[in-house]
Amino acid sequence: MEIILAARGFSYRLGKKTLLEEIDFEVRAGERWAIIGPNGAGKSTLLKAFCRILVSGEGLLLVGDKPLSQYKQKALARWISYVPQASGRDDLFTVREFVVMGRYAHLSAFSVLTRRDWEEVERVLDLTGMTDFAHRRVSTLSGGEQQKTLIAAALVQGANIMLLDEPTAFLDPYQQSQIHDLLETLHQDAGVTLVEVTHDINQAALGHDRILGLRAGRVVFTGSPEELMTGGVLREIYGRSFKLFPHPETGRTMVLP
Amino acid sequence: MSKDTKKNIFILVMLLGLFTLSLIFFPFIGIERITLGEVLSDPSSRGSEIFWKLRLPRVLAGMLCGGVLSAAGLTFQAMFRNPLATPFTLGTASGASLGAGFYIWAGWSFSLAGISGLTLMAFLGALAALSLVYGFSRWRRGMPSEVMLLSGVAISIFFSSLILLLQYMSNQAHSLRILRWLMGGLEIVGYRQILEPLPLALVGLTVIFLKRLDLNLLTTGEDLAAGRGMNVNQTKIILLLSAGLMVGAVVAVAGPVAFVGLIVPHICRLLFGPDHRILVSASILMGAVFLSGCDALARIVLAPAELPVGIITSLLGGPFFIWMLLRPRV
Repeated sequence: MEIILAARGFSYRLGKKTLLEEIDFEVRAGERWAIIGPNGAGKSTLLKAFCRILVSGEGLLLVGDKPLSQYKQKALARWISYVPQASGRDDLFTVREFVVMGRYAHLSAFSVLTRRDWEEVERVLDLTGMTDFAHRRVSTLSGGEQQKTLIAAALVQGANIMLLDEPTAFLDPYQQSQIHDLLETLHQDAGVTLVEVTHDINQAALGHDRILGLRAGRVVFTGSPEELMTGGVLREIYGRSFKLFPHPETGRTMVLP
Repeated sequence: MSKDTKKNIFILVMLLGLFTLSLIFFPFIGIERITLGEVLSDPSSRGSEIFWKLRLPRVLAGMLCGGVLSAAGLTFQAMFRNPLATPFTLGTASGASLGAGFYIWAGWSFSLAGISGLTLMAFLGALAALSLVYGFSRWRRGMPSEVMLLSGVAISIFFSSLILLLQYMSNQAHSLRILRWLMGGLEIVGYRQILEPLPLALVGLTVIFLKRLDLNLLTTGEDLAAGRGMNVNQTKIILLLSAGLMVGAVVAVAGPVAFVGLIVPHICRLLFGPDHRILVSASILMGAVFLSGCDALARIVLAPAELPVGIITSLLGGPFFIWMLLRPRV
């Protein structure tokens, strides 16, 4: 598969502080990536740089076969969608009103929503299991429902790549598994390329094809789940040791912090 | 969605009805009693003169200023994600006042491309204030909106003291003109003073109407807006320029009429929800009705004296502002 997202020697500085340093990173179409690393490692910064939520930076970011700088923001949004953390959103919009905003990148300057836009909204509401919540205000939803709303709003953008910032943070185990199932469906059935920032090492190893490990703004690991689950690699990413043990049923390596 | 569209069309029809009724009814309110018969039957009658030359222009001016100030308030509130952001709290109105005050103080009299120097100076003043607030927000990314509002209030106070300084340095005639203008009023005669700011106001209102979905997205946060495909900085600059242009234009006519941009958008959000696809039109119409209504009140409440409408809106707006600060958040 071709490379559809890449960073080549990419650095990002804020004032004198270096948030990302010489990042090299390649995602092929259809892959599912996890980005892990301690707080402050630059994981969210990398996602935001790809969506040009953060502007500028040195080095090269590629989307499709073109540098990021050659895209207008709307064109970029038709390639990449972004799902932020859903912690306590206070939006008064209904789920449907919120999701339809994801069609922004497909609208003309006159901002007129067409029947096609609304059909897309209904389709993604159905896909994410949010049809029954369509009339609810986003602010009244649970964390997991808000997360699904954000994913639906990203899906309706019609982009092939979705970047997610800790999609299961703040969720209880049941809601976490719901989000994981939803993402797995998008990946398998809809063929969406996924890049997720996560703090859950076991989940990263279980559900993803490839893993990027960041520490203090630098890439310290790129590889498969099997390569990740060794004491040395994890120590390099997190700067401490973990207890590793085999899963009682599958035999896959798990970690305990 | 057909159901939403139907609801929005219903709201718009109701508001247009209210707007039309106000336009017909408000000119009849005032110290001098005039009757419909007089106005319709005899164009040379005293009542007809008052209606066409004094009252109707005044109502129209109130509608124009009210619509513009509400739309500007709504725009700022979406951009800064704070219901207390208005042409006033962000210093835009004082900036415009300072520009206009400077024009009066300097004793200038010029116009450019049919736009009076007073309007141009008010626009430049509004722009200066907006640039300061916007500059602050860019300088410290992620600045809480409360801090931004406070910086707007500080700019506002600073500009107000510069206006006082101008007044102090003016001769008595100019000083009085500045003071009277600062009270905010719609006592205009004829239509020239409405026609002059009209093109600028229409440009501003049109841009904001076209950007109604952008306003929706901005209320969900700038990161999400950028992720959905909005060029956030460009959009914010376009919105600020449009709002500055139209606020400058109406402040040049009516003076800094306070609190309209706070009260009207808030009531509209309470009545019609958070969607700017309806809120932009609703705020413009409600603002028009509100300010022309306040001015009708100003004409009779202390009869036979007529109050500047700015005093009425401030008396209503002050308590409203406090209530909004103290009310429990939902």
